[in-house]
Amino acid sequence: MLPIALEKMTKVIGLIMHSSKEYVCVMDVHSPVPEDRLRGVLGEFKGVIYQRPPLRSSVKRSVRRRAVHEIELLEYDGKLALMRVACDAGTYIRKLCWDIGLVLGVGAHMRELRRMKTGPFHESHGLVRLQDLSEAVYRWKVEGKDDMLRKVVMPGEYVVCGMPLIVLRDTAVESIAQGARLAAPGVAMVSERLEKGDKVAILTLKGELVAVGKAVMSGGEIIEASRGIVAEPLRVVMETGIYPRAWRRGGIGG
Amino acid sequence: MLGLDATRLGREFIESIGRLCGPGEKLLVKFDEPTSEGYGWIPTMRPIDKYIQYGLILLDKPPGPTSHEVVAWVKRILGVSKAGHGGTLEPP
Repeated sequence: MLPIALEKMTKVIGLIMHSSKEYVCVMDVHSPVPEDRLRGVLGEFKGVIYQRPPLRSSVKRSVRRRAVHEIELLEYDGKLALMRVACDAGTYIRKLCWDIGLVLGVGAHMRELRRMKTGPFHESHGLVRLQDLSEAVYRWKVEGKDDMLRKVVMPGEYVVCGMPLIVLRDTAVESIAQGARLAAPGVAMVSERLEKGDKVAILTLKGELVAVGKAVMSGGEIIEASRGIVAEPLRVVMETGIYPRAWRRGGIGG
Repeated sequence: MLGLDATRLGREFIESIGRLCGPGEKLLVKFDEPTSEGYGWIPTMRPIDKYIQYGLILLDKPPGPTSHEVVAWVKRILGVSKAGHGGTLEPP
């Protein structure tokens, strides 16, 4: 699975690049080992592991720590092991298989890899094949019907699933789209769990993503505050000019 | 133009974001007010050109081509100037 953000949403897709991942992988074990022993060794790789990125990689090759949250053996036939691995972003599964082979003492390597989950997105949300996309575009451009295109492309707002939210009053939207900091009177709703310092998705009442910001106050504080800055924008997504300008020259909009 | 419909649909859309990957967000209300239908769009109802501009594709990446190559194809198929992916699978 590869989440691809279009145009405006490219500004926030990076936020999920560094989120946890889930894979299903096929590992080739070079000599048969008892299944119990394989399960035992896999268990040893759960937790924090150390990896040096492989030669063919696009990052600096210094040893780094990565957490393997879950590693589960789904099937083993004495040669091929089907495993589900949930881990931090930047964990090399090929390296993991190699190291499992070393601990087993018989050697192993990765045969196939499929990503099931990136950040909030899971394979079960329905994946789009390249031919689905090109058929949908054909139907839109040649037949003038955008129904299929609206199915294969989803609103980019879903990228922020899992992030706490601030929902803006209409009058505050344009100032945030222009990059201003958000003041308390501009807030319509806020996630109860929002903590100071959290990354927060800033939405309109219609659900449009205006920006991703950093909270300066907690959810409870924002509800109580009658003035003051509540969040600073980190990445602005919405273009300017969609919502009306509702503040006086020289002042910050409420 | 109080847009009670837009307010309700907006609220439903916001709730759907949180529920995509979890139990949903518990929101506290500071100002209970409607949104105007005079500007902006419920994300699912944007006109198609805007819908694409603010869109996302969960692609079933074919093995073989790199993520960068696949992104370039998607850009060409859709005719968009910018696209970016969320994470790379290591080379085979």
